Amino acid sequence: MPALKKLSRQIGGLVITLWIASLVIFLLIEAAPGDAASIMLGTNAAPDTVAALRSELGLDRPLLWRYAGWLGGVLSGDLGTSYTYGVPVAGLIADRLAVTVPLTLIATLLSILISLPLGVWAANRPNGPVDTLASLFSQVGIAVPNFWIGLLLILGVALGLGWLTPGGFPGWQAGIGAAFEALILPSIALAVPQSAVLTRVTRAAVIEVTNEDFVRTARAKGLSRGRALWRHTVPNALLPVVTMLGLQIPFLISGAVLVENVFTLPGIGTLAYQALSQRDLIVVQNVVLMFTLIVMVVNLIVDALYTVLDPRLRGRV
Amino acid sequence: MKRFPISLILGGLITGALIGAALLSRVWTPADPTAMNILNRLKGPGEAGLLGADQIGRDVFSIIMAGAWTSLGIAMTATLLGGAIGTLIGVSAAAKGGVFERLAMAINGVLFSFPPILSAILLGALMGPGALTSITAIGVFMIPVFARVSRGAALQIWSRDFVQAARMAGKGPALITLQHILPNISAQIIVQLAIQTGLGILSEAGLSFLGMGVAPPTPSWGRMLADAQTFLSSAPHLVLAPGLAIALAVLGLNLLGDGLRDLTDPRRRQAS
Amino acid sequence: MFFTLRATFQTFTRSASAAALLAAGALAPHAALAAGSVSFIQAVEPAGLDPTEGSPVAAGQVTWQNVFEGLVTIDRDGVLQPQLATGWDISEDGLSYTFALRPGVSFHNGAAFDSAVAKFSLERILAEDSTNGQKALYSVIDSVEAPDPATLVLHLSHPASDLLYWLGFPAAVMVEPGSAESNGRTPVGTGPFKLDEWRQGDRVIMSAFDGYWGGAPALDTLTARFIADPQAQVAALRSGQVDGIAEFGAPELFEQFTSDKGFTTHVGTGEMEVVAGMNNAKPPFDDVRVRRALMMAVDRALLVEAVKSGFGTPIGSHFSPASPFYEDLTDAFPYDPEAAKALLAEAGYADGFEFTFKVPTRTYAQRSAEVLQAYFAQIDVTAKIESSDFPAAWIQDVFKDTNYDMTIIGHAEPLDINIYARHPYYFNYENPEFDATIAEIAEAATPEARAEGYRAAQELLAQDVPALFLYSEPKLGIWKSGLTGVWENGPVPANDMTDAHWVE
Repeated sequence: MPALKKLSRQIGGLVITLWIASLVIFLLIEAAPGDAASIMLGTNAAPDTVAALRSELGLDRPLLWRYAGWLGGVLSGDLGTSYTYGVPVAGLIADRLAVTVPLTLIATLLSILISLPLGVWAANRPNGPVDTLASLFSQVGIAVPNFWIGLLLILGVALGLGWLTPGGFPGWQAGIGAAFEALILPSIALAVPQSAVLTRVTRAAVIEVTNEDFVRTARAKGLSRGRALWRHTVPNALLPVVTMLGLQIPFLISGAVLVENVFTLPGIGTLAYQALSQRDLIVVQNVVLMFTLIVMVVNLIVDALYTVLDPRLRGRV
Repeated sequence: MKRFPISLILGGLITGALIGAALLSRVWTPADPTAMNILNRLKGPGEAGLLGADQIGRDVFSIIMAGAWTSLGIAMTATLLGGAIGTLIGVSAAAKGGVFERLAMAINGVLFSFPPILSAILLGALMGPGALTSITAIGVFMIPVFARVSRGAALQIWSRDFVQAARMAGKGPALITLQHILPNISAQIIVQLAIQTGLGILSEAGLSFLGMGVAPPTPSWGRMLADAQTFLSSAPHLVLAPGLAIALAVLGLNLLGDGLRDLTDPRRRQAS
Repeated sequence: MFFTLRATFQTFTRSASAAALLAAGALAPHAALAAGSVSFIQAVEPAGLDPTEGSPVAAGQVTWQNVFEGLVTIDRDGVLQPQLATGWDISEDGLSYTFALRPGVSFHNGAAFDSAVAKFSLERILAEDSTNGQKALYSVIDSVEAPDPATLVLHLSHPASDLLYWLGFPAAVMVEPGSAESNGRTPVGTGPFKLDEWRQGDRVIMSAFDGYWGGAPALDTLTARFIADPQAQVAALRSGQVDGIAEFGAPELFEQFTSDKGFTTHVGTGEMEVVAGMNNAKPPFDDVRVRRALMMAVDRALLVEAVKSGFGTPIGSHFSPASPFYEDLTDAFPYDPEAAKALLAEAGYADGFEFTFKVPTRTYAQRSAEVLQAYFAQIDVTAKIESSDFPAAWIQDVFKDTNYDMTIIGHAEPLDINIYARHPYYFNYENPEFDATIAEIAEAATPEARAEGYRAAQELLAQDVPALFLYSEPKLGIWKSGLTGVWENGPVPANDMTDAHWVE
């Protein structure tokens, strides 16, 4: 059972890195100047009022104690209570994820829908007109900042044509249609650079696989070019594409922070940003730790998929 | 053989123009990029200067030129620093192997898992906004990239016959790295430097957009975009110019990197 | 000396508006839904809805006067009015205040309002473990007595002529013991509207409270929508999703509404004064000539043009034009770069100097700072701008540690000129004469003496320039045509909808 052993080793590594990450996050955030209690009370507050709030929030306890409290809470599934909002952090994060997760999912879906056909088509006829167009698209798409695309979309579509809203989020209670509408432009802004990267990877992967022996054999056996492409080449070329999707996750999250800012969406990026400037440290710690966990788990999955999808590894079984 | 010169030439030209504008802005710009003229505020291209005036009447064209210096300066410094550290880690890992290699690559993996902007925001809270924060935040995320690339490239060289020969001759790993590995992987590193500088410009713009870049009056393309956000309908020219500048700069560096890669890696040339 | 203010609240305006409401409802079918409801934009979502907890500006903007009421209140003209207290007597020595409380007032949860509740509310503010950000304002109250259910007596440690005014603030609203702890999430007050739902990140929905002592308000529902981005605010106004906004933050987008018949716009004055505070203890800012020179280096009218598209009033002292005590002192040190240079030379800085300008990360502050930087450059003074993460880093670094040369911030608390007499305070401004003037105001026995004191205080500051007095933030209101009764000025940051109603 070498695969199982490998997996358990990987999970062990993940736990250790997560622990290190939690320590780094905690210390980094604690070292930042500013104090949640003084911020919440404003500039008129008397020192004893600040002290009273600090003790109410538990901010007067020693550093190690607070770290242990946070970590223990996280392990038992309790993320603590936000200083500024006074509500459980888990609920706060869940509310914001209800914006960010659909946003990133729609963006990812969009980028796959654009890049997969484009990349395959481009690779099918290298140096043809579609290929030129695709490479132009991917070069420009990678170079253009997503927040600028967001601004252009607001300028052109929302303000110019009067379609869709230039920002804000009505909430899922306002109806799926209205909420979805608010996510269209942000998703496009997020999807453009993403699909540029994926188009590039898809094209390169398809070309590489086309040159592999088993595809040549299939072609030699009389399979048509198109059938060979969709039967053998594309499924095998998916591996690098999936890998790239995984590797792009941190950038997707970073992009979401910027795009949420442009469209003033109450997503997780906005939460992290606001919480940090309010020194609502417990919220920031949990958000950053959660992102780290997501990225690591995705990497693990990509790794696992690698074993499943890699034709060479499969051939050996 | 037909395609690589185009990207190389185009990339070289754009990057050259970018560097030229950045250098020129140190001695000359059409107008003082920090001189305000409130009577000119929000005037469009042609009405006030080639690209119009911003919200306090400064010449947009001059700010764009001077912004090239800021963007390029921060992106290149961060990339060079991150590149140097990353390459050092990468070649050392390749040379030493064993526990050191695994540890170095594990730390690399952790660094790779942090979403860059989020960590930059944390760093901004810790250090306050400014050039140093931007350079640190961007540089840190260059380290794992260069570590990965240089380790991979170095491992390949290590398996070559001439390195084996040098080893038999009794040369130590440090000397071999210096004499044989680094010269042979330098092409790949240079390609990465170009591409990562482009990414650095994008990141710098993003950080400035969020208010964590250089302080005014030092011009910055990202901050220009942030400032322009509320004037979207009344002064769209303020949104177009800086965005185009960023896109063009990154495009130029990417093309240059691709061109250089095609030039130095014959295997890739065949593949595309 | 003693003076009494007694007023009876007329319910007559409210029933009149109810009639208008029915008429409006009959006219257009879509108006039937809109007639009894108003939804307004509030840019900043408060962390909690209780204005007595923490720093209450945003909480007050949603709930003050709508959900919560005080013993007294401040009306739309900045004038003190009775509310849950119908009147009061102040003893001749100014040390005890006897309030007559309004009978028949009940909270949204049915609890009755009486002197015990009022005593509880005030003692909660003063308690050792109080987390009321404005506690300091009320610390002159030594003890609170409730001799009978309709009477409340406050004993002061020393006279404080502003105390009544402070009691009208959102921070001093009446809360009852059973719900006080949960008011942050589910506020329970005595106001005309009760809370229905708070959808976090989106809106707070309130509805008319049948048991309101002043008679039911004209509106059935009141919704506060949290939309931070000005572009999105414009879109929401244009699409009719919301009915208005009291403090529109992007003056450059305001003009499109002024000529639009579908909207009524107001350019009012608010309470926020934007000032560039200097560290008066630190050279060269300890030299009054340097501070005056810097003040003369700035063309405030053009600064307002650049930062606020011309909306906003240049000020010459730390006082809001919305206040009845306001005096225009901008001509004390008008824009004159030549004179500024001469004065700098006299102070020994003929070649100018360099300093660090710590600017909080807020749009108005950043923009103003860039303009100031350019003006200072004209008199060879170099301002090195350093962004300071607001509120976190700024409050710590500038406000608490006074580790700065110059900064810039909007002071939003009403009638807060006394901050210059606070020691320590981040300006490090020391002027015994000013401190004495503020003390005199506190002990002022007549309204005239109080007004005179405030005038003297404004003039002292205008001459001493402890901070560069820049402008008073405009209050740009945009409302759907037909809605009347909203506040045009903002003597207190508020969205008081008690009297709002639709007319055709």
